[in-house]
Amino acid sequence: MKYILMMNTMRVGHGVPEWPQKDLRAHIAFMMGLNKELRESGELVSAEGLSFPDQAKLVRAGKDGMPITDGVFPESKEFLAGYWIVDVDSPERAYAVAAKASSAPGPGGTPLNMPIEVRPIMSGPPPEIL
Amino acid sequence: MKKAWDETSEHLLRELAPQVLGSVARRFRDFSSAEDAVQEAMLAAYTQWPQEGVPENPRGWLIQVASRRMTDHVRSEISRRARETAVAVDAETIAPFNDMDSDMDPDDTLILLFMCCHPALTSSSAIALTLRAVGGLTTTEIANAFLVPEATMAQRISRAKQSIKASGVPFRLPSPQERVERLPAVLRVLYLIFNEAYASSIGARLQRLDLAREAIRLTRSAKALLPEDGEVAGLLALMLLTDARRAARTGPDEELIPLDKQDRTLWDGAEISEGVELLTAALSKGSVDLYQLQAAIAAVHDEAARSEDTDWPQILALYELLRRMSPSPMVTLNYAIAAAMVHGPSKGLELLKTLDADARLAGHYRLDAVRAHLLEMVGDYQSAIKHYRIAASRTTSIPERNYLMTQAACLAEKEVTRNCTADTQ
Repeated sequence: MKYILMMNTMRVGHGVPEWPQKDLRAHIAFMMGLNKELRESGELVSAEGLSFPDQAKLVRAGKDGMPITDGVFPESKEFLAGYWIVDVDSPERAYAVAAKASSAPGPGGTPLNMPIEVRPIMSGPPPEIL
Repeated sequence: MKKAWDETSEHLLRELAPQVLGSVARRFRDFSSAEDAVQEAMLAAYTQWPQEGVPENPRGWLIQVASRRMTDHVRSEISRRARETAVAVDAETIAPFNDMDSDMDPDDTLILLFMCCHPALTSSSAIALTLRAVGGLTTTEIANAFLVPEATMAQRISRAKQSIKASGVPFRLPSPQERVERLPAVLRVLYLIFNEAYASSIGARLQRLDLAREAIRLTRSAKALLPEDGEVAGLLALMLLTDARRAARTGPDEELIPLDKQDRTLWDGAEISEGVELLTAALSKGSVDLYQLQAAIAAVHDEAARSEDTDWPQILALYELLRRMSPSPMVTLNYAIAAAMVHGPSKGLELLKTLDADARLAGHYRLDAVRAHLLEMVGDYQSAIKHYRIAASRTTSIPERNYLMTQAACLAEKEVTRNCTADTQ
């Protein structure tokens, strides 16, 4: 079964973490390692990091069907920073992966324990039972 | 005697693909279906050859398999139309199938290249179709390289073929004048394929298919078919001179290593000499174009054994020329870096000011990244940190973002300790 693991982070300044270099490197290495681990276990469907909210636009169709874009809203404190889609055997395994991602090191190497939203991905119709 | 399948066989298959397609498309006068038939023949070869060995006449084998598919296809079309309209189909639709090799034409690859890079196509469809029809790659390989589902890629290719059909372009070599008009579009597609290899995300780089190699291979065959064309030579030189630095460009954790910190012993000397040779020959013919100029700049970098040996005055002169031939804010940005290296960072920062009002560059991370770099050079760390972080928030490349964030963090430490680990690693 497939799950999406959505990583939300708090918006700070430009959205770029302003940590010491050593901690930044450790964080990046942790995330690279996690992706590698999931790829090697055959559970990774895809993983993408998203650009910071500076690049975000809210789009609606106008009356003529043409796009109307809105800027980003600085009052929104949390934003989706990236996601993983994993194909795992049980919801527990999806939660375990999410917990691992959540524990990525932050400043001073302390685990960030950031919230990861885990949601099952809808599938096609179940097999017909005859 | 069949030859055993080895690593050269795959290369052979890819090289044969456009020749086989040219032959089948001309015989059946239907590019779109011929292209599908050749793809099926390629897939058949990929399953059979590794087990049964490479046939003695691999090209003939592929033509035969593809033609059989075409005949089946035409037959079912005929019976479908006969059922629907009861109109007999001109028997001429299928040209006689005579000697296997007599209809081989080396220009076929060129015809296909011009066709697949038709200006009526969007870049993404032209890229996909070129890789399949001219590059001889399978839909799966192309889909994997671009990290899209295979069905999406198949659809992209089929829509590209519909556009070509709708455009009514005949299966023949464009006239010399058309060729001149359309060559830039062909070169642009090849250049984009090459660039994709660098732009692709981390996931894509782990895929088997090496798009940079494929782009170089395709440009090499374009060069062989248009030996007198300076622009093709310039593009091939640019690719080789850029690709030569690939192994040094990223560290063990895929982190980006800027040019001045690269381990130059990792640069590919063979690619550099080939690129320089091509460029020298092209430049000796007189006129200079944009690809040649960019290749020349790459060559100056490649020829410096150490970063501090870089001939910046020459690079500055080349950017000046580029700026006059094709003015754009991106060129000015690079010109500003070269100017900073020759005349000092203040000169570079002065030039950047002229870009602030340019809408084409507004909010582009490169402007902030270059400004940060020059501010770092003048020693204004506070402002440099600020611009590195703005640049990091604006780039859409993860390795680049990581690099820019690390630079900012590194400078923040340098302010305190006068020591920066990124410089010493």
